[in-house]
Amino acid sequence: MENILNIENLYVDYRARRGLVKAVRGVNLELKRRETLAIIGESGSGKTTLGLSIIKLLPSSAKISQGKIWYQANGKKYEVVSLDNSKLRKFRWKEIAMVFQSALNAFNPVIRIWDHILDTADSHDLRLTREDLRAKVLELLRLVQLDPDRVLRSYPHELSGGMRQRVLIALALLLDPQIIILDEPTTALDILSQRSILELLKRIREELNLSIILISHDLSLAAELADKVAVMYAGALVEIGSVYDIFYKPLHPYTMGLIKAVPTVTTSFRELISIPGSPPDLIDLPPGCKFHPRCEYKGEECLKDEPVLINVFNDHYVACYKWEKIKNGKNN
Amino acid sequence: MERIIELKNVSKFFTIGGGLFSQKKTLRVLEDLNLSIKKGEIFCLVGESGCGKTTTGKLIAGLLKPTSGEVLFYGENIWKMNKEKFKKYRKSVQIVHQDPYSSLNPVKTVYDILSAPLLKHHMVRSNGQCEEKISELLKIVDLTPVEDFIYKYPHQLSGGQRQRVVIARALTLNPEFIVADEAVSMLDVSIRLSIIKLLLILKQNFNMTFLFITHDLAMAKYFGWNGKIAVMYLGRIVEIGPTPRVLENPLHPYTKALLLAVPEADPEVTRNKKIMELRSLDLPSLLDLPPGCRFNNRCPYMEPGKCDKIEPNLYEVEPDHYVSCELYGDET
Repeated sequence: MENILNIENLYVDYRARRGLVKAVRGVNLELKRRETLAIIGESGSGKTTLGLSIIKLLPSSAKISQGKIWYQANGKKYEVVSLDNSKLRKFRWKEIAMVFQSALNAFNPVIRIWDHILDTADSHDLRLTREDLRAKVLELLRLVQLDPDRVLRSYPHELSGGMRQRVLIALALLLDPQIIILDEPTTALDILSQRSILELLKRIREELNLSIILISHDLSLAAELADKVAVMYAGALVEIGSVYDIFYKPLHPYTMGLIKAVPTVTTSFRELISIPGSPPDLIDLPPGCKFHPRCEYKGEECLKDEPVLINVFNDHYVACYKWEKIKNGKNN
Repeated sequence: MERIIELKNVSKFFTIGGGLFSQKKTLRVLEDLNLSIKKGEIFCLVGESGCGKTTTGKLIAGLLKPTSGEVLFYGENIWKMNKEKFKKYRKSVQIVHQDPYSSLNPVKTVYDILSAPLLKHHMVRSNGQCEEKISELLKIVDLTPVEDFIYKYPHQLSGGQRQRVVIARALTLNPEFIVADEAVSMLDVSIRLSIIKLLLILKQNFNMTFLFITHDLAMAKYFGWNGKIAVMYLGRIVEIGPTPRVLENPLHPYTKALLLAVPEADPEVTRNKKIMELRSLDLPSLLDLPPGCRFNNRCPYMEPGKCDKIEPNLYEVEPDHYVSCELYGDET
C-alpha cells in the first residue's frame, strides 16, 4: 500500500523564557492509506505538537527547525513544512482535518453551530451554494447521528459533551479530507458517550475510506481503534509497531512499563507495576537515552548516545539498546 | 467491624433559578441514598458525571448538609453533634480533590501549606515540633529528601508531587477516613499508579478508610478489589456489592452497559466486546427525570408498565450484592 503521509526527521522547538523546549525530536513516521495510527504518550511528550505540525498549525512560539512532511493522495502531492499561508488554506481541511482536544473550547460560545459550519466552509474556500452546503451538512450530521433540526440552531453550550464531539467530527469531515487527526477525542466524555464516539469513528473510517491519526494518552483507545501504534517519550518516538506487537510483545521498557501500569476491567485481577520517577524536563534533557533515569535495564551505553529506532522484525521498530534482553524477559 | 460512616435515606436537592425572570426549579441530585462504610474498608463510588458521586462525597465529609436523611459518624448524626464533637469529626474525615493544580495555594510553600492546619488545630506545640511533623508527613507520602521539597512552591512541583502534597495535607490531622474524589484522574498514566499505591500503603499502615470516587472502573477495580463498589446513576445507587462480584457478575443493566462499553488496554479483549445497544444515547436531565426506574428510557430490558411505573426496590441477589432493578423482583 502507498503511504499517504511521510514524516521525515522532524524537529519542533518552542521558545520559552528558560530556553528552547525541544518538543519533537527527529520523528520519522509513515501513514498508509486507510490506516489508523495511534500516537501514545503522556502529557508533555510532544504528541499534540507532532499532530499540529502535520497541518502546520503551530503557535507562533513554535518553530519547525528541521524535517519534511510529505502528503500524497489522489494525484496531489504537498510538502507541508514549506507551504505558505495561501497554500496552507487550500491544504488544511481539504486534505487533512483535525478534531481538537476539549470539545467545548474548540467552539466560539456566542455563535450557533450552523454559523460555525458556514465559517469553516468560507475560510477554506468551499465553493458551494447555501442549498448544496446545507444538503451536505445534513448528510454529515446524519452520518454522526445527530438531529440536524436541533443541532444547527443550537449554541455550543446547549449540547452535551458527546454531541459537541460529534459536531466537531462532522465539521472535520466537511471538506472530504483524506486524513483526520483526532487529539484526545474522548478524554472528557463519560463511558457511554465515549463508546458511541468510538463506534462512530469505526463506522466513518469504513464508509469514507479515511486514514486516521489518533493522539492520546489512553492506551485503551489505541487498543480499540489502531492498526499501528507509535509510542512517544520526551519528544521522540521510542517504539512503533502493529497494535498487537505493541501490546503483546513490547520491546521498549517505557512501553512495557505503561502496559504494566494500566488496569483493565473485565480481565482477571492482576498486580500492577508503576514506572518510577517522572518524565524529564524538555528544556534540560538527560544525555543518552531520555528514559534511562527511570529504566531498570539501563547500561553504560544508555548514558552516552541516544538510541535510534531500528527495525527489529516485521515493521516493529524500537529505540533501545537492550531490546533483546526485554524480548527474552531477562533483566541485566 | 464497626461502621464509621452511614447514610440513611439521604437526599440532597438544589434549587436553581428563582431570579426575576426564571422560575425556581429543583435539582434532585441525590435521592434516598443508603450506604454504610466499615472501618478500614475501601468503598468505591463509580458513575458518570452528574450522577451525584461528588455530592455524596461532600455530604460524607460534612461539607454539605442533606435536604433530608441522616449522615452518621460512628452512629451519631453529624448535624446534631455539639461543637466539640463536630470539630473532632471534621478532623477525622478529610478530602483529597481531583485537581492538584487548583487545590494548592500558589503563593504558599509546602511548609506553609502543611503547617497551617497543624498550628490551627494545635497539633504541635512549637516550631521545631511542627517541622518534625512536616518532615514525617513528607516521608510518608514519599517526597524525599525532605529538604528538597519543604520550601518549594506548588508550581515548582510536578502534578504527581503536588498530589502527594495534597495527600500529606489531608494527613496532617491524623484522619481515619479519606474521601478521594477523582484523586488520580488528572495524572499521567505512569504517575497515577504510584499515587494509588501510596493510598494502599496508607490503608495498610494506618488502617485508613477510603471513599474512592471515580469514573474509572479499571482504577476502582484495582484500588478497591478487597472492598466494595457502588454504582450510581442519576442520584441513586443502582448496584452495590463486593468489588469482584459487581465486576464479574454485574446485575443491573446499567452496570452491564458500562462494563461492556469501557474500552480496555488489551486489543483482543476490547475488540471482542459485545456492546449493549441502549435505547437512547442521551442522559435525562435531573430537572426532568423519567418516572419509575431512572434508567428505563435507555434500558434495553425495559418492561413497559413495570419499569416506567414503579420505583425499583433493592434486591439481594447474592450475599451482600444488591441491585435496584425490578427485573430481579420476580425471582426472589
